[in-house]
Amino acid sequence: MSKLSSKPLPKPLAYLGQAVVYGAVAVLLGYFSTSPAYERFPADKAQLVLSFTHIGERTTPCRKLTREEIAELAANMRRSEVCERERVPLYVELSLDGEDLYSASLAPTGLSRDGAAQVHERFTLAPGQHHLRLAMRDSARETGFDYESELAIELRPGQNFVVDFRPEFGGFRFGRQEGS
Amino acid sequence: MIRGILANGFLWLEARLDTLFGARWNPLYQLGALGFFYYWIVAVSGIYLYIFFDTGTTVAYESVEYLTHEQWYLGGVQRSFHRYASDGLVLMMAVHVVREYAYGRLKGPRWFTWVTGVPIAGLVIASGITGYWLVWDQLAQYIAIVTAEWFDWLGIFGDPIVRNFLTPESLDDRFFTLLIFIHIAVPLLALLALWIHLQRITRPAINPNRGLAVGTFVMLVALSLIKPAVSHAPADLVAVPTHLQLDWYYLAAYPLMEILSYGAVWAIVLTVTLVLLVLPWLPPRWKPRPAVVHLESCNGCGRCADDCPYEAILMRPRSDELPFEQEARVNPSLCISCGICAGACPPATPFRRKSDLVPGIELPDLTVATLRDQLEAACAGIELKPRILVFGCDHGAPRQALEGSGAAVINQPCIAALPPSFIDYALSRNLADGVLITGCREGTCEFRFGNEWTTQRIEGQRDPYLRKRVPRERIRTLWASAREGARLCEEIRAFRDDLQALERPEPGGGGRVPDSEERKAAKAESHV
Repeated sequence: MSKLSSKPLPKPLAYLGQAVVYGAVAVLLGYFSTSPAYERFPADKAQLVLSFTHIGERTTPCRKLTREEIAELAANMRRSEVCERERVPLYVELSLDGEDLYSASLAPTGLSRDGAAQVHERFTLAPGQHHLRLAMRDSARETGFDYESELAIELRPGQNFVVDFRPEFGGFRFGRQEGS
Repeated sequence: MIRGILANGFLWLEARLDTLFGARWNPLYQLGALGFFYYWIVAVSGIYLYIFFDTGTTVAYESVEYLTHEQWYLGGVQRSFHRYASDGLVLMMAVHVVREYAYGRLKGPRWFTWVTGVPIAGLVIASGITGYWLVWDQLAQYIAIVTAEWFDWLGIFGDPIVRNFLTPESLDDRFFTLLIFIHIAVPLLALLALWIHLQRITRPAINPNRGLAVGTFVMLVALSLIKPAVSHAPADLVAVPTHLQLDWYYLAAYPLMEILSYGAVWAIVLTVTLVLLVLPWLPPRWKPRPAVVHLESCNGCGRCADDCPYEAILMRPRSDELPFEQEARVNPSLCISCGICAGACPPATPFRRKSDLVPGIELPDLTVATLRDQLEAACAGIELKPRILVFGCDHGAPRQALEGSGAAVINQPCIAALPPSFIDYALSRNLADGVLITGCREGTCEFRFGNEWTTQRIEGQRDPYLRKRVPRERIRTLWASAREGARLCEEIRAFRDDLQALERPEPGGGGRVPDSEERKAAKAESHV
C-alpha cells in the first residue's frame, strides 16, 4: 500500500519554520500580556469617591402598644411597641466650589424597602484647592438636612479622595489629606 | 457562512503547519492537550510561588517582589512561567473552541462535551483574575475595585463589596488569605470540569506529543527570560491607578466595563454564555440515526466497542440464546453515527450472501448491504481503464472534485466505516483495478480515529485486518482535507499511471487477485 500525503519539508527548513511559529506564539503571548497599555485615568486629574451605606429613619415612627394590645399578643410575642419596616430614602447633595456635583434620592434596599441606601460614585476633578460641601437628609422631613459638612481640600494629581459617612463618628468622614 | 470561512481558514492553516510540523506535531491538532500542558505548568509554578507568597496588604507585594528580583533565576522565572502559561491556556482554549465550532463538532451527542466546556472558560478566567489580584500592585487595585463594582451592580450584597477597597484601613490582611484560597480552589474546580468535559471521549489526548511539549516549554523559558513578568507599583488606595499594563487574555472585559457600563458587560457575558450553551441545538438540526445492533449476527467480539471514539458502545452479558458471553449495546445518546463500528464488525463482509449480509452492528442509514449494492453499481459504471474505485469520507477531499475523472466514488460518514473486506471484494471480484482510500487530513479526522484505524486495518495491525492476499500495490491511501480536491485529482492521475504500469506483466510482479471464476478456469487449464 502506498501512502500519499503532502511532501514534508527538508528537516532544517522545517525546524526553522517551527522556530518561527513558536516565536510568533511567544510574541503573541508576550505582547498581549501587557500591551497595549490602558490609560485608565488621566494622570493630571484627581478622583473624589463618594461612598457610603446608611439606613434612613422609618417612614412611620414606632408606636407604643397599649396594655390591652400587649395582653392580646401571645406570651412569647409580647413587646412594648410596633414599628413599620419601611425606611425613608436618603437625599444627598454634594457640591464643589459652590457648584452642584451630585444630588440624588437614594432608595432603601430590600424587598420591604427596609435596608440601607447605598451610594458609590466616582468624580474626576482638577487637582488643586477646592471647597467641598456635603449634605444629607435621612429623616421624613421635607426640607433642610440632618447632616451637613464643609471642607477645604487640596487635591494632588492622581489622588483618590474618599468621602464616607459614619453616623457613629458624627456624620461625613473624609479621606486622607496631603500631609495628614 | 461564518462557520465556512472559519473552517476554510483552519484547513488552510493546518495544511501550512503540517508542512512544518508534520501531522504528529501540528499544534492545531493538539489544542486540548496543549491546554492541559499549560495548565500543569501553571499548577507546578504556582506551587513554587505559593511557598514564598505572604498573605497581607503590604507583605503580599513584597513577597512577589522578592521572588521577581531577588530570586529572578528561579522564582522570577516561575512567576513568568505562571503568567505566560496562563495566557497560553486562554489562547489554546479560545482557538480550540473556535476550531470545534468551525468544524461543527458540537451537534448531536457532542453537545455534552461542548456544553461542559463552557464553564471551564469562566473558571479559567476567574482563576487568572484572582491571581492578578494577589500581587496587590496598582493593577490588582484596579481589578479589585472594578470587579467589586461589577458585582455590586447586581445589587444583591447588603454592603457593597467595593467598600472593602475604599481606604487602606478598610482592607484586612485576612482578605488575602481568602483570596489565595479562591485562587487555588477555582483552578481545582476547573480541573474537575475538565474531567467531566472528557467523559464521553474515548482515549482523550491530554498530553501533547513530546516534541510539541518540548518546543512549547522551550518557548516559555525563552519568553520568561526575554520578558520577565513584573509588577506595577504597589497598590495605594489613596491614589488612582492611571497607566495600566493589562493582560488582555484575562482582563479584556475591564476597560469595557468602564467604557460601556457594568450592566452592559453583565448582559454581554450572560448572552455569550447562553449562546454558547444553546449552540448545539440551533439549526441545522442533527439528523443521522445512531448505529443499531443485530443480535443474530453479533458474536460479542467487542471490536466495535474498542473502536468507537465516543464510548457509545458497551459490551454487556448476552440477552439471547446464542452461545456467546457478551453482546454489543449502543447508547443512542452517545452515538455520533460515524459508522466506525460497522467498519470494525467482522461479519460486515460483502462476500456473504445477500440474504446473510446483516452485520452485528451498522448504521441504519447506510447498511452494509446498501454499501455493497453501491459498490457494485458504481464499479459497473466505470469506463476508463484502469478502473479506480475511491472510498471516501464526507469530511475529507470532496467527491465533486472527481467528476469527470473516470473513477467510481463511494462516500461514507467516516473512512473507518469501511469494512476492509470491501477492498478485497472490489479487487478480487475484478470490479476495480485499484482502490484509493481517502479520508480527512492526518490528525484532523472528524471522528478522531478514522485514518488511524483504517491504516492499522490495512496494515494488519488492527482487527478486522485486510487479508494478506490483497495486492497492496493496488491500494492507495490519501489523507486530504475538504480544500484539497485538486490534490485528490492529481493523486488519481498518478495512481492510474501506476496501475497502468502494473497491467504490463512483469515476471513475479504483483497483479490483481484472481477471483474464484478465474481460479477455476486456471485450474481447468492446468488439468488439460
